[in-house]
Amino acid sequence: MSAATQIRAVKRLKSNPPSDAPPKAVAPPPLARGLGIVALVVATLYFLVPVYWVFVASTKNNRDLTSTFGFWFAEWNLAENYDSLMAWTQGMFWQWVGNSIFYSVTAGVIGTLFAVMAGYAIAKFVFPGRRIAVGVIMAGLLMPVALLTVPLYIEFHALGLVDTAWAIIIPSAVSPFGVFLGMVYAQSSVPTELLEAARIDGAGEARIFFTIVLRLLGPAMVTIFLFIFVATWNNFLLPLLMVSSPDLKPVTLGLFGMVSYFAPNKGAVMLGALLGVIPLIVLFFSLQRYWRSGLAAGAVKG
Amino acid sequence: MTLTTPATASAAVAVAAPGPTRRRRGRRRREAVTGWLFMLPFAILFVVVFLIPILVSIQSSLFAQQSAGDGLYGGGEIVDTFVGFDNFALAIGSQTFWAGMGRVVLYAAIQIPVMIIAALFLALLLDSLIVRRPGFFRLAFFLPFAIPGIIAAMIWLYLYTPEVSPFMQYLPEGTDLMAPGTILFSMANMTTWTYTGYNMLIFLAALQAVPRELYEAARIDGASGWQIATRIKVPLVRGAALLAVLLSIIGTIQLFNEPVIMESANPWMGKDYTPMMLTYNSLLGAVSPSGTGIASAYSVLMAVIAGVLAIVYALLQRRRGEAA
Repeated sequence: MSAATQIRAVKRLKSNPPSDAPPKAVAPPPLARGLGIVALVVATLYFLVPVYWVFVASTKNNRDLTSTFGFWFAEWNLAENYDSLMAWTQGMFWQWVGNSIFYSVTAGVIGTLFAVMAGYAIAKFVFPGRRIAVGVIMAGLLMPVALLTVPLYIEFHALGLVDTAWAIIIPSAVSPFGVFLGMVYAQSSVPTELLEAARIDGAGEARIFFTIVLRLLGPAMVTIFLFIFVATWNNFLLPLLMVSSPDLKPVTLGLFGMVSYFAPNKGAVMLGALLGVIPLIVLFFSLQRYWRSGLAAGAVKG
Repeated sequence: MTLTTPATASAAVAVAAPGPTRRRRGRRRREAVTGWLFMLPFAILFVVVFLIPILVSIQSSLFAQQSAGDGLYGGGEIVDTFVGFDNFALAIGSQTFWAGMGRVVLYAAIQIPVMIIAALFLALLLDSLIVRRPGFFRLAFFLPFAIPGIIAAMIWLYLYTPEVSPFMQYLPEGTDLMAPGTILFSMANMTTWTYTGYNMLIFLAALQAVPRELYEAARIDGASGWQIATRIKVPLVRGAALLAVLLSIIGTIQLFNEPVIMESANPWMGKDYTPMMLTYNSLLGAVSPSGTGIASAYSVLMAVIAGVLAIVYALLQRRRGEAA
């Protein structure tokens, strides 16, 4: 190829950049496209307007909430609402958020490590009871967990664990879905030849797992961690039954208790709702590709 | 998994093993032990959190908490008395239990189809190349899932309360979203709002695993976009839909957060509006009969009902799949 033709080829590429547009043959007709966009916009409003309203409501006092236009700001009362939130939570609000973070992170770390270990064992080792383990984990996936919470309370009460952090962390750290994901990922991204090579080089099983396998399963672990973290943060019935001391409550339980006992300033409640979910939303947005890969594994295999 | 990978085979030859079978048996045993050691931490926690509670609920459902009756005021100490299947007889004969179960089943019958169809519809729209960059919509629809159910319920409670709500004033005069006839739909809306995006992502993931060439081939054969969606894409996500519906049925039987929040503002609903509320409140002693025995009996009964519903649904789906 001569230099001249090469330059011409580059020029052609520059003037005709590969377009995102679908080829004409697969592009939907204009009417369908219009209707589809309308449907998407309506759905977006349905999902986002309540969140937007929470933000607006958290800046208003009770009087403005009832008397001013609901979808726009009135007198800015954010600071007053914040003071009122701190007052009726008796200064516990940030500790509750901290508790939620502590429970979710601890359950997430322990649960992810155990789930990956179990998934790796199922994917890469032959041992008696392996098929039973898979069956039991699949059954656990479909188990109505809320129904287990009542007997779990009886059990933990007998063990003297009620009203301790463990009563929330231990149940939250057990994730059959995490094991399932760990198994799927270990099957697809840990080559057996690599393990064999490491064994021939004399590496012990623990060392192989911690230095090779965990590194290969890094993205999978983020996904599993995310699922456990969010499930722990969002669980309500478990902390409701298990903890009663104010300084052990996660933020969901703390807010609920306050709302059901007092009749606090509504703007302050919405501010509490908003501040109580910010850590989750940050995690959601920053790690969204891990969500998708986890759901993809579940959807395709399931 | 085979044990004779090239590496082990050549190693065995090089050492000129005295007894290859014994060597292999030793290896297999070591592998079994290692496998179990990796399983162990999860297995222990699984036993503590899943298996023991199942046994506990069965065992404790056979006992009732009765006052000994010899106290100064006839009250006396609460003691566990073995009552056999009395708790189950009480639970099965309880009108409040079945009334709650009826509400939950009605709720599921309305909410699950609406949510699954909406999720599928949105997933098909995002997969249909109508918008070039679906990332924004994907995030927007999924955002409610980041909000804990109990907090979402608080938000919607305010949205339904006429004095606070930003939109109630635009609805026809006298609309009450928290009346006995409407409250079930209002709660169904909360669940739909939270989980539609999550289910949509599952469908989207299943759709995106399909090779694009399949659609192009269908196009060349003259299929319209509508036909591609209904004849190719929908059948392809059947497996994902089956799982999503199963998980939704199981989730709905345990309906708790939304009615608890609604009840805090609408006391007429009672402490036994759904079976899970009834169970929780009988454990707490807020409804009669109370105690761990009857609460466990309700739990076991609900688990059995959830299992039966899930199995019936799965069998119906399989039959339909075979007929199609």
